[in-house]
Amino acid sequence: MDQIPIFTLGEVLLVSIQVDLEDQLAMRLQEDLSERIVATGARAVIIDISALDIVDSFIGRMLSTIASISRVLDAETVVVGMRPAVAITLVELGLSLKGVRTALTVEHGLRMLNGTPSLALGGPREAGYGDGDGYGDADSTGDSPAPDAGSRAALPRPVSD
Amino acid sequence: MALADSGGDVEALPITADEDVVRVRQLVRSRAVAAKLSLIDQTKLVTAASELARNTLVHGGGGRAEVSTVTNGRRNGIRVHFADDGPGIADLDLAMTDGYTSGTGMGLGLSGARRLVDEFDIDTGPGAGTRVTVTKWSR
Repeated sequence: MDQIPIFTLGEVLLVSIQVDLEDQLAMRLQEDLSERIVATGARAVIIDISALDIVDSFIGRMLSTIASISRVLDAETVVVGMRPAVAITLVELGLSLKGVRTALTVEHGLRMLNGTPSLALGGPREAGYGDGDGYGDADSTGDSPAPDAGSRAALPRPVSD
Repeated sequence: MALADSGGDVEALPITADEDVVRVRQLVRSRAVAAKLSLIDQTKLVTAASELARNTLVHGGGGRAEVSTVTNGRRNGIRVHFADDGPGIADLDLAMTDGYTSGTGMGLGLSGARRLVDEFDIDTGPGAGTRVTVTKWSR
């Protein structure tokens, strides 16, 4: 496997990392995602790391970098599915994943994105979007319960071969 | 480290490419599972090993890792030894400081790895290569 698949879900790009991540593969994902955001006009990226049994400083840096790049390209990034042991280890390692929004599951991630006022998924792309300030404080207010039923069933799953 | 007895089951891996870092992680994981470390301790040890293996590759110009199961009579542990013949570290205090980075990571490699294990030994110097040994004990 030399590439991580990226699924398009309306205006959301979904990446599910299912392999033990080599550094080169992580770098490639960064580039592939940036290109796909521009090519598809995606407004958001969800990265599912539930299959990762560790996140070390290199992978942590990759996640932060992807979040920064997509923000510059006018898309939000949410990292979902972190295992509890990984979270504990990350904090002890000293990584805080600054600038990276997180959610427990893909569904929570979609809900969080739908609850972001400047990011009306499905609506027209606003010309003035891009304040950058709302970043990271989406969780300070109660997330409005999202219209979730539709997206839930439509989630593609990576084909294992 | 004379205190603990390594059971003569040392497994060694070369570290010369990216995929070797992954192999080291996988070997350490399987040995930690066999030694009955808790899931969190496994995760901490594997994460530390990943940082140190990458250091060996990137800063040491490649080297090797040795993984062994150790016991102190009451508890089992996993010990991982990393060695390279690279340039070594001139200012160890600086290199062990949180946030110190040579530009490839987040500056948490050595200091972070030390926090994740129970024992951490480093032997290095300019032109002398680097040897790091870490141990994680079962609880």
